[in-house]
Amino acid sequence: MSGYDRAITMFSPDGHLFQVEYAQEAVKKGSTAVGVRGNNVVVLGVEKKAVAKLQEDRTVRKICQLDDHVLMAFAGLTADARVLIKQARVECQSHKLTVEDPVTLEYITRYVASLKQRYTQSNGRRPFGISCLITGFDNDKTPRLYQTDPSGTYHEWKANAIGRNAKTVREFLEKNYTPENVATEEQTVKLAIKALLEVVQSGGKNLEVAIMREDSKLSMLEVSEIEKVVAVVEKEKEEEAATKKKESKSEAK
Amino acid sequence: MECLIGMQFDDFVMVAADQTNARSIMVMKSDQDKFCQLSDKLVMAVSGESGDTTQFAEFIARNIQLYKMRNGYELSPTAAANYTRRQLADYLRSRTPYQVNLLLAGFDEESGKPELYMMDYLASMIKTKYAAHGYGGFFTTALMDCHYRSNMTRQQAYNLMIECVKEVQKRLVINLPNFAVLVIDKEGVSRMDTINPTVIANAA
Repeated sequence: MSGYDRAITMFSPDGHLFQVEYAQEAVKKGSTAVGVRGNNVVVLGVEKKAVAKLQEDRTVRKICQLDDHVLMAFAGLTADARVLIKQARVECQSHKLTVEDPVTLEYITRYVASLKQRYTQSNGRRPFGISCLITGFDNDKTPRLYQTDPSGTYHEWKANAIGRNAKTVREFLEKNYTPENVATEEQTVKLAIKALLEVVQSGGKNLEVAIMREDSKLSMLEVSEIEKVVAVVEKEKEEEAATKKKESKSEAK
Repeated sequence: MECLIGMQFDDFVMVAADQTNARSIMVMKSDQDKFCQLSDKLVMAVSGESGDTTQFAEFIARNIQLYKMRNGYELSPTAAANYTRRQLADYLRSRTPYQVNLLLAGFDEESGKPELYMMDYLASMIKTKYAAHGYGGFFTTALMDCHYRSNMTRQQAYNLMIECVKEVQKRLVINLPNFAVLVIDKEGVSRMDTINPTVIANAA
């Protein structure tokens, strides 16, 4: 096996591209990011890595704006993300210049995915070690959420998570995502934060949340606002635990 | 021949551009918009070679937006004007120069002041209180020399603009019936009533 995981261009005997799989492992080491598609908003939440004492808190922005109506969060190697974001931003403007229309989410996701794929098939280059959650609104006001991974594939999701503990978050979302649960902006934000809190240490300081609405208004939630939602979520959890205890007690009787 | 007129006052800039699109003796369109909004508080009025104007305006607009996406904040009017001039200058000595004359009007949020820049196709640029492009400029510059005061209100400025348009229509052999008027201030970009024969008759 050792011969087949060096150069990216080589397949292994059993059909694996090891470099791509190793890139996916790199993604699993990045801090968690979650995306939820609501009825009329899209929400991206990321886990903020703890900063060193002397480091300025002006965060490593893991949520980036690609265009007025497109938002992206990533998990994995930050430097790789920078390169992709730079090219995606240029493509967004270039598209507008040539066809007078803003990019659709599918178009820009396909573009980012094609870039990633190119690096899985080139000599001497390694794949990008990031997965992206690309979200926003199309021209016809439909909200969309796409996920790309280092192999260059992309899929559309209703809600998804990437990075560390993504599986746990995704399972939570699978259990709790219903169209009713994301009917309003408030509920969508709450669901996203609740999902992140499954794997992130509690506290508004550890989360960064961005909301995009259909009129292309982007807002990054303040720490105080996140704390409010966190408090509500915690209270609900406590109440749930309390009622469960009561039920089990009364059953035991 | 197209006419662009711009005036900068204490707290706003007013720009007017004729709306005629003509080829030789034929008028193609008399309600064409010769403005291009570069960003929230920045507008460019272009005149000159027909394809070059749109191409250049859109190219500059997209690059200004790209800067905003990359850096998280918009270019100031000064920076945008210098960037535009640099593009004109670079392409001037290439095989494909842009034959575009333009007025760049914007509001600088940091200084809180409106600004007006005039650029021509040879990439010369001046920052000025009032300016005009085209044959119409010969007549209107003199009028503005006479009547311009920096503390005019929007209505007074609009009336001065109507006077300028009347003069152009009186003395220029080419008929330019309609002029679109934009105002840029700290709220952003807003459109005033297009100056057309009805408006001029009512103003008299």
